[in-house]
Amino acid sequence: MDVEDELPTAPAPADGGESSHALVSGDQLDVEAYAAQYSGRTRVGRLLFIAEKCGSEQMRLDALRLAYDWALKGEDTALHRDVSAKIAGRLGPRYTADQPWSDAVERRALLRKDKLDSELNVYRTNLIKESIRMGYNDLGDFHYAQGHLSDAFKSYIRTRDYCTTSKHVVQMCLNVILVSIELGQFMHVSNYVIKAEQTPDDLDRITAAKLRAAAGLAYMETNKYKLAARKFIETGSELRSNYSEVIAPHDVAVYGALCALASFDRSELKSKVIDNYNFCNFLELVPEVRELVNDFYASRYGSCLGYLEKLKSNLLLDMHLHGHIETLYKDIRHKAIIQYTFPFISVDLNLMAVAFQTSVSLLEKELAALITDNKIQARIDSHNKILYASHADQRNGTFQRALQTGNEFERDVKSMLLRANLLKHEFSQKAAERKV
Amino acid sequence: MESVEALVAHIQGLSGSPDELAQLHGLLKQADGDALRVHSAGLLPFLSHLHPGAHSLGYLYLLDSFVSSSANLRAHAGGDLLVTVADFLTSCSADQIRMAPDKFLNVCRVLKNEVMQLNAPIRGIAPLRAAVRKIQTSSEQLTPLHAEYLMLCLLAKQYKAGLSVLEDDIFEVDQPKDLFLYCYYGAMIYIGLKKFRKALELLHNAVTAPMSSLNAITVEAYKKYVLVSLIQSGQVPSFPKYTSSTAQRNLKNHTQIYVDLSTCYGTGSYSDLETFIQSNAEAFQTDNNFGLVKQVLSSMYKRNIQRLTQTYLTLSLEDIASSVQLNTPKEAEMHVLRMIEDGEIHATINQKDGMVSFNEDPEQYKSSEMVEHIDSSIQRLMALSKKLTSIDQNISCDHAFLMKVQSGRERARFDYDDFDSVPHKYF
Repeated sequence: MDVEDELPTAPAPADGGESSHALVSGDQLDVEAYAAQYSGRTRVGRLLFIAEKCGSEQMRLDALRLAYDWALKGEDTALHRDVSAKIAGRLGPRYTADQPWSDAVERRALLRKDKLDSELNVYRTNLIKESIRMGYNDLGDFHYAQGHLSDAFKSYIRTRDYCTTSKHVVQMCLNVILVSIELGQFMHVSNYVIKAEQTPDDLDRITAAKLRAAAGLAYMETNKYKLAARKFIETGSELRSNYSEVIAPHDVAVYGALCALASFDRSELKSKVIDNYNFCNFLELVPEVRELVNDFYASRYGSCLGYLEKLKSNLLLDMHLHGHIETLYKDIRHKAIIQYTFPFISVDLNLMAVAFQTSVSLLEKELAALITDNKIQARIDSHNKILYASHADQRNGTFQRALQTGNEFERDVKSMLLRANLLKHEFSQKAAERKV
Repeated sequence: MESVEALVAHIQGLSGSPDELAQLHGLLKQADGDALRVHSAGLLPFLSHLHPGAHSLGYLYLLDSFVSSSANLRAHAGGDLLVTVADFLTSCSADQIRMAPDKFLNVCRVLKNEVMQLNAPIRGIAPLRAAVRKIQTSSEQLTPLHAEYLMLCLLAKQYKAGLSVLEDDIFEVDQPKDLFLYCYYGAMIYIGLKKFRKALELLHNAVTAPMSSLNAITVEAYKKYVLVSLIQSGQVPSFPKYTSSTAQRNLKNHTQIYVDLSTCYGTGSYSDLETFIQSNAEAFQTDNNFGLVKQVLSSMYKRNIQRLTQTYLTLSLEDIASSVQLNTPKEAEMHVLRMIEDGEIHATINQKDGMVSFNEDPEQYKSSEMVEHIDSSIQRLMALSKKLTSIDQNISCDHAFLMKVQSGRERARFDYDDFDSVPHKYF
């Protein structure tokens, strides 16, 4: 990505296993290692998110310090001011708003903008397609670095008319996707992923992986967890740190695994996640998540839910996952309960409560809710604390339904005939009004 | 101008064959107006010369012109007149009175007003029921008397008496206002008898009847429709697509508080519903719906208990009380007991350890009664579907319908849906 060239590249976060182990685990998040996984604006975005959501003061300040350092290296003066305001002098005199720096950057930016604009105008009068495209692209990169996201978005979109090869189209799509993700407009993300995938030439594997990951992210943000899981699982292991401006490989593992647990059934989980060699590469990055997927499949729900609970506090600090954690966790828990009860005719609630590490009365409430939603076909013997699977009597049910349908039909036809007759005699309300 | 005596003689002479009656009808029409009206005050004694059954037509004319004058009514208020009219209505000949339906309706209305004034609506029930039967050409016809009759039944609290009329299916309607009133009063009678399903059918008809502008009866009917739906099924169905657009657009605006009530009911919280009802009690009282609203409130318990039966095999009374927000296990026991008695749930209470065990519906659909019941349903539906077929045939031969189809084909491909959304007389 061109955008990144202007920025000092982040230290390679690719050394996988070791560092990310510390990242997604029950331990407190190591903010510095976490930030190292990302590059570009997403890094500072994630840091600010942590600073906003995190409970511990130390971590908050750590995140803000890193964000401050990064902002100084970039060109986004608004961001710099924002971060400085958030620090509010808590980190000493070194971390305050740097007015001379801002002025200098803004002056330079103004010059550069004029230059880019005039260049673009020249290209446009000369009608050289490729140059116009480059011009818009440069303008887009410039706005992006400045943090003017919607301007950047517009510029990138304009390059669309001047794309001549599918490579250009893909590049345009990736730019738009990048900006849209930061803008939070995931509809655009899905659209441009599709657009990029439709280009006639084969995509190289890294780009394909990027697109998958972006599509997964978009689906997840729009609550389509099943589709999201599919996309994440299909993401090629070539992704590595190549898409660090959006997503790190261990994110793919976590997002994918959680979405899959919440939405796949058992056989899908086995064939698409556990036996999936490609996705296993991702899962290896985050052993906890790998373990919890395996635990879930092996019906060790207690330890699975235990892992989930341990991970929760750190996952809540994830920019993209934050809003979905509760729903995903709830779905996973319900799935687990349903799977647990499925093979049995009767289940002892005491044993089940132990397996799910909860109390019998709470479990009873959860089960009751699931039964009411018709997700479990069973009934609870609250006296003896036993859950009995109930199978509806098909014959009786059919009789009941047939009689009911008959009654409804009779009622509907009668009232229909009545209405028909009313209409036939043209008795509209007007006639009535005269009388009333 | 003939004297009244001559007229009476004519009536006595000409009440035999249909030809004679037609002739008599002509004479009576001539005499009606000035002649009879002038003498109206002195008509009553002549009635005794006539037999209400044999000389119904003449009797009707004389009676009508007598009761048309309010002075006469005041002079003879109460007592005899009422008896005379009631006798006439029960014993008159259906064939003869149908020749002058307007007069007959008028006489019936006078009777109704009289009993209302006497504050004894019960006295009007029997004569009016007879009158309804006499003037009806078929049991499917709705007459203006239906609504009046039902209103008397309501006022006299003789709900069962109303059923005899309500049980006939109505298909033919003369005046839409009659239909709305019939549906509204009928539904109230069913509500009084707690037959909510039937009440819903009638209210549904009132709400979904074709109309081009809203009327007060429909608004009131919709209020009751919302309440009864909540009692019966716990939710208010949305308007079916054949509902007139007027009703769909405007009804909710006029019944906002009822719509809010149903939303509140949907949350399933008893205390919320209670507060809502209390804070709006006045509005419900002005609508005379407060009794129904209270029933809505108590139906919440029932619904919640019924939900428990689907979830639990056994549950302690204490848990029932806490999950349906009742105060004490004792209250829960009362509710459960009442529901078992009403056949709404199948359960047994074990008082020793305070447990309730919920059972499956014991109906196995094997008994001969059940088979009979099913058979009767099938018969009914077969009759209904025969009727449908014949109507369908009639429509497909209908000139206007064919014209419409023809023009439809020329314009574009004919679409049956057109006829649903744009109902016209071609139905």
